[in-house]
Amino acid sequence: MENREDKNMNITEKILAKASGKKSVSPGEIVDANVDVVMVHDLTGPLAVESFKKIGTEKVWDNKKVVVILDHQVPAESVKAAELHKTMRQFAKDQKLRIYDVGRGGICHQVMPEQGHVVPGTVIVGADSHTCTYGAFGAFATGIGSTEAAAVMATGKIWLKVPEAIKIDVNGKFGKYVTAKDLVLNIIGKLGVDGAIYKSAEFTGQTMREMSIAGRMTICNMAVEMGAKNGIIEPDATTKEFLQNRVKKKPDFASLKSDKDAVYAQTLEFNVSKLEPQVACPSSVDKVKPVSEVDMPIDQAFIGSCTNGRLEDLRLAAQVIKGKKVKDGVRALVIPASVEVYKQALAEGLIETFTEAGAVVCGSACGPCLGGHIGLLAAGETCVSTSNRNFIGRMGSTQASVFLASPATVAASAVTGKITDPRKLEAKAK
Amino acid sequence: MNMKVSGPVIKFGNNIDTDVILPGKYLILVDPYDLAKHALEGLDPAFPAKAKDGVIIVGGKNFGCGSSREQAPLALKYSGVKCVIAESFARIFFRNAINIGLPVIECKGISEAVSDGDQLTVNFETGKIENATNGKTFQVPKLPSFIQTILSDGGLIENLQRRINKK
Repeated sequence: MENREDKNMNITEKILAKASGKKSVSPGEIVDANVDVVMVHDLTGPLAVESFKKIGTEKVWDNKKVVVILDHQVPAESVKAAELHKTMRQFAKDQKLRIYDVGRGGICHQVMPEQGHVVPGTVIVGADSHTCTYGAFGAFATGIGSTEAAAVMATGKIWLKVPEAIKIDVNGKFGKYVTAKDLVLNIIGKLGVDGAIYKSAEFTGQTMREMSIAGRMTICNMAVEMGAKNGIIEPDATTKEFLQNRVKKKPDFASLKSDKDAVYAQTLEFNVSKLEPQVACPSSVDKVKPVSEVDMPIDQAFIGSCTNGRLEDLRLAAQVIKGKKVKDGVRALVIPASVEVYKQALAEGLIETFTEAGAVVCGSACGPCLGGHIGLLAAGETCVSTSNRNFIGRMGSTQASVFLASPATVAASAVTGKITDPRKLEAKAK
Repeated sequence: MNMKVSGPVIKFGNNIDTDVILPGKYLILVDPYDLAKHALEGLDPAFPAKAKDGVIIVGGKNFGCGSSREQAPLALKYSGVKCVIAESFARIFFRNAINIGLPVIECKGISEAVSDGDQLTVNFETGKIENATNGKTFQVPKLPSFIQTILSDGGLIENLQRRINKK
């Protein structure tokens, strides 16, 4: 790629060129890409299985490249959900697929990288919109529907339009209790929920280089909330360290960098040094305000989801809540993103901290994030949540309100019973 | 699939997300006609009754944003929606709709040119949209031919069946 005659490409273009057997690709071009991994879960999988059977091919194109994860309605909360799970177990058995069943995995977007299914430079599609999370590892990852997942299972290929890219360059150092979640909410607030529609969002800059894998996952997870096709961060030593002992094949990190003269449709600059905790108000993820401008009593606080249910998030929330109590009249839910996270949280005493504070810790699942089950809201109720969407009806009643914030802000809010700046709670305690 | 559809318009605004199109609690339903009973319940519980004789949805920007749930376009299709026209679509919804055989058309300026109840005719072959109520017309770029083929086959599965059987 050093040849000057070669086209300058960004990392997303490089991955798509390689996946479609081309030397170079340009935005707007439609390519037929080879897929490295396709993932389905318990709410999108059954429809994919039905579609797959209709296609008439007997076996999936490569049983090592299809992953099934039960995470949304788990453990089954109804007979209907149990039937869906049964369908997925049977399909996985018949096709000899890797399946992460109840108690064995957790939320799909946490399990995929933890279990080594995410490799930098690969093309991953998943029947879930937050599949874009894996861009945190320098993979091209995007969400698709069930029927499309079935088509990929049958053919191993997908047509993709090469997206234009937006470069989001982030610099500065986070203050105490200000996190990657606050940054991504701030970005979405500025860009809007369709600000990156059809595009690739590439996150660069010193802040991204210094950010943990958990933080990078939070950022890329929410790329879809700005409309992006994929979010992506160049893999580096931090990525390498996380993937060690998880991924067998050694990826070629050196080639997974955007060329210096790569073309971007837009470049945005952010500095986090003076950023205060952010809150996305109902019912759109871009209705973002600094926490100091939000005065709102809450009924429920939720810490978890594919956005913010990782060990780092639980540590932060526990640090805020330790030795304090969840306010009377408020229920606090903590849901570790995976069994691995749960076990680490248990070993570190975090589960005890939450339980002592009066929070309930549930088994790893998507939980109230999508209003499927566990912790739904009644009409007129308000929840402050670490998850990714605050749409009307997202967590239950269409008359309920959801505010999105970081684990530190949600933990502080659980203690005071209203949306609270975690820095102020600490100052008060001193 | 019929390459020309007509019907009255039901109009929506910007950023209509798939949670309001089909709330998460109904994702355990399998029958598309059961899904259709809850189409757009998050915004208008009366929508299925209004749509049952065939309607065209006109949306604003970023129609179908959010969750990748294919049950959202399925619910619309089986409730009686013949076509969705919007200023722009969230990409997963756009693909899902085509894959299940629900025509979707991106048309800049459509929101301002139609009102609730206007009678629209859409020709997918020519890309022409006509508003019989106020006489306004739009010409949109045609979809790439392979996408048109998926739609005319009735969806991606039917398209794949045909392609695989041909081999």
